[in-house]
Amino acid sequence: MSASLSCFNMACMGSILEVRDLRVAYGLGGGDTHQALDGISFCLESGEVLGILGESGSGKSTLATSILGLFRGNAVVASGAVLFEGRDLLQANPDELQRIRGKHISLIFQEPSMALHPTMQVGQQVRQVLAAHGMNGGVALNQKTREVLETVFTENTERIARSYPHQLSGGQRQRVLIAQAIACGPCLVIADEPTASLDPTTQMEMLGVFRALRRSLGLAMIFITHNPALLAGFSDRVLVLYAGRVVELGLTEEVLSWPKHPYTRSLFQSIPVLPGEPRDASQKKLPSIPGDSRPSSLPEAGCPFEPRCSERMDTCKSQEPGLVNLSETHVVSCFRYEKS
Amino acid sequence: MTRYLLRRFRHGVFLLIGVSLLAFAFTTLAPGNYFDEMRLNPQIAPETIVALRTQYELDRPLPIRYAHWVSSILHGDMGFSFAYNSPVAPLLLLRARNTLLLTITSMLLAWGIALPLGIWSAERFGRLPDRLLSLGTAALLVIPDLALALGLLVLAVRTGRFPTGGMISLNFESLSFLGKLRDLLLHMALPVAALVLSVLPLLVQHVRAAMADVLDAPFLLAAEGHGISRRTLLYRYALPAAANPLISLFGFSIGTLLSGSLLVEVVMSWPGLGPFLLEAILARDLYVVIGGVLLSTLFLVGGNFLADLLLYWADPRIRTETSA
Amino acid sequence: MKTSDSNKDMQPVIKVGNLVKSYAKTRLTGKREEMRVVDGVSFSIFPGTTLAVVGESGSGKSTLALCLACLEKATSGDIRFEGIDIGKLAEKERRTIRRKIQLIFQDPANSFNPRWNVLEIMSEPLALQGNLIRDEMRLRAHALLDQVGLSPEMEGRLPAELSGGQRQRLAIARALTLEPKLLILDEALSALDCSMQAQIANLLVELQSSRGMTYLFISHDLAMAVHLADEIAVMSRGRIVEHGSPDKILKQPQSEITRELLAAVPRMTFALPEVRRP
Repeated sequence: MSASLSCFNMACMGSILEVRDLRVAYGLGGGDTHQALDGISFCLESGEVLGILGESGSGKSTLATSILGLFRGNAVVASGAVLFEGRDLLQANPDELQRIRGKHISLIFQEPSMALHPTMQVGQQVRQVLAAHGMNGGVALNQKTREVLETVFTENTERIARSYPHQLSGGQRQRVLIAQAIACGPCLVIADEPTASLDPTTQMEMLGVFRALRRSLGLAMIFITHNPALLAGFSDRVLVLYAGRVVELGLTEEVLSWPKHPYTRSLFQSIPVLPGEPRDASQKKLPSIPGDSRPSSLPEAGCPFEPRCSERMDTCKSQEPGLVNLSETHVVSCFRYEKS
Repeated sequence: MTRYLLRRFRHGVFLLIGVSLLAFAFTTLAPGNYFDEMRLNPQIAPETIVALRTQYELDRPLPIRYAHWVSSILHGDMGFSFAYNSPVAPLLLLRARNTLLLTITSMLLAWGIALPLGIWSAERFGRLPDRLLSLGTAALLVIPDLALALGLLVLAVRTGRFPTGGMISLNFESLSFLGKLRDLLLHMALPVAALVLSVLPLLVQHVRAAMADVLDAPFLLAAEGHGISRRTLLYRYALPAAANPLISLFGFSIGTLLSGSLLVEVVMSWPGLGPFLLEAILARDLYVVIGGVLLSTLFLVGGNFLADLLLYWADPRIRTETSA
Repeated sequence: MKTSDSNKDMQPVIKVGNLVKSYAKTRLTGKREEMRVVDGVSFSIFPGTTLAVVGESGSGKSTLALCLACLEKATSGDIRFEGIDIGKLAEKERRTIRRKIQLIFQDPANSFNPRWNVLEIMSEPLALQGNLIRDEMRLRAHALLDQVGLSPEMEGRLPAELSGGQRQRLAIARALTLEPKLLILDEALSALDCSMQAQIANLLVELQSSRGMTYLFISHDLAMAVHLADEIAVMSRGRIVEHGSPDKILKQPQSEITRELLAAVPRMTFALPEVRRP
């Protein structure tokens, strides 16, 4: 894999997705707006897995839905570009978007219990996705539905197809979402916290499913999570999101083993690690990041992480840091790394 | 499933029994009876009245009369009307038919308008068209049904296009089939309009609220993310998910088929069940009153039962809960 | 806090003996099926210590929590709170005991009445005690909010205006108003982001050292359980399959279930060969 640069200086060659300076805001009523995404840029190669690490309030779900142009009603103002196979999705008309969604780019929503229709059989729900993209005819459609379900459910496929979401377990519901996403053979799948509500063993299972699909279908993936440990050994690159901005981006090994941004570092330190691994876990207090990242807690000017940063400097209060290239593959947005 | 339905059915039967008991008790215990009016009439001898009272068993104790009544009901005999001097059943059923003609038409029309209107409004929730519609329905809701009915009557008088009352014209029998149809429809137009206008605001609000709730739901956004078309999203995804409260409302609508049109019938002189029952109550025509109340209750219970059936069929979550 | 050795001669705050909770389901055919969600669980928790119960979903952990908090009646077995058998008490006495055992749930968003502000939420349990006037309640509420790291200025805010971590702090503050002896945390950290989890975990540790709180920490997150607990019980299908100190569980897991749980903890290191290389 040629480590593609985050595309700030040069155009991304050969990438299937290029997000350029994406800015999305939500109207809060009464004239206030909240900037959910504040200038996001990155590229994605064909077959690559990009992990997006973000906590609540970072804008990660907005990023997932914005790529597909799925905006909610409350006055969304978007600027920037989302280039997919040459076309800017933000400028595409509804018909074009509808053709792309589910067929070329798929989205796996958070919360499988909420992302499925409560009174429709799950087999039907997969079938609907296929039918929406040109597959018609009863027999062929049913056949294909069965095939798709068999890739994620190895046994009891018939019974599960006729079940309703509330009759399935959390892991099974997640598999249905995956089935819907891969049904039409997309080249890119965006998964928004696909393992958040599952217990650890099911989590591992699900990661295994994703790995297998990636191998067999050659999918590119954007895997959004708030747990960095899930990305180890899974994603190729990691993008760290904070307050709607990219604060760090690099190869997975780089970011997870040698994090550079103060937020990334503090985040990793605050996660309890099982003893036996290289960290002193005998202390009961975890080094935690004070405060929170809700919109009302963000500073008016300067670096958004400044109020909570243990390494802050004077410039951080008044100016926003730009992106600094630490290496060919690793960029970080912090004044600490800017050479004057 | 059958256990669930059996349970609901049992409830319905108990309700009917309870209502009939109460109706019987209240009408009997209310002061006066049909023959009191007659007693004031000097032309009728007191002995005749006593004889009539014995004939109609008015001198027997309450429980016995109730028992006799129940046994005749089970044979299909609803009793005898004092005022009309004929069996109750055919009288009631004829009037019920007239009422149903009105109410079924208006119910179908009202739902037929409320559904698309509510969906349209929910799609534009919070924006100007939706707000205007809400204003309109609120205004309609505030206007009393009586005012609506009278207003329409005034319209009839002023324009002269619509008959001002009754169900059919005097020359009904002499008209051709199409003529008869036209005549009936013209007579129905105003009462139906009054009924539709009085019930429409409630329906529209409910449809709008149910749809707006669903349109915000994550699964709809997820389906949109799969590239499902707008139409399929609305009718195959959103509407079924919003159906539960609407089905209950529908069942309730059916329940009011016999009872909801009293006011309109009286104002527009429609020969329906309402005015007939009113007369009977004032005249203490015992068996007509009880028969009418029972019939109304039957519809109410039947309507709810139908709603239960529909809910059971429409929502798999209810099905699987009750089968365990 | 490793005070468990010195406290062993003290009475355990809660002692559970052979607790069983089963639900009966009547199938359509009329057959009665009994589902034992908790199947003979026994343990003790000593004052000032933390017992972590870990297991998969469906292992019965949450039902165990409900039984201990007296929100569900156990089918059999006994629960002794400070020596008193709860099951044998009259309803009135049980209510007094119930105050001493507080439960914190997973979902900070749904634990509160969305229309009440912070002060009202805090005042409700205080008012139940019945002997404080309004100003006293307010002062007490402020003191408790301060203890959990929430500023008294927040008293007018609605739950929706608080972050997930702040809501969980509020839940803990509310639980503390009744001066409980035992706090049951049922997946209380699971819905929070990693950085928030650390904050709340630190708060719990601090409360334990300053107030001597006793915790029953229920979770499927083994790493956090190991970090916080003095003892760990591994639960599967209603039974405790392994019980011991965190060290022992980690170094010498006896049960297959424990080994599976250990294997399922995601690690930050790169052991897997499937990483794509340039």
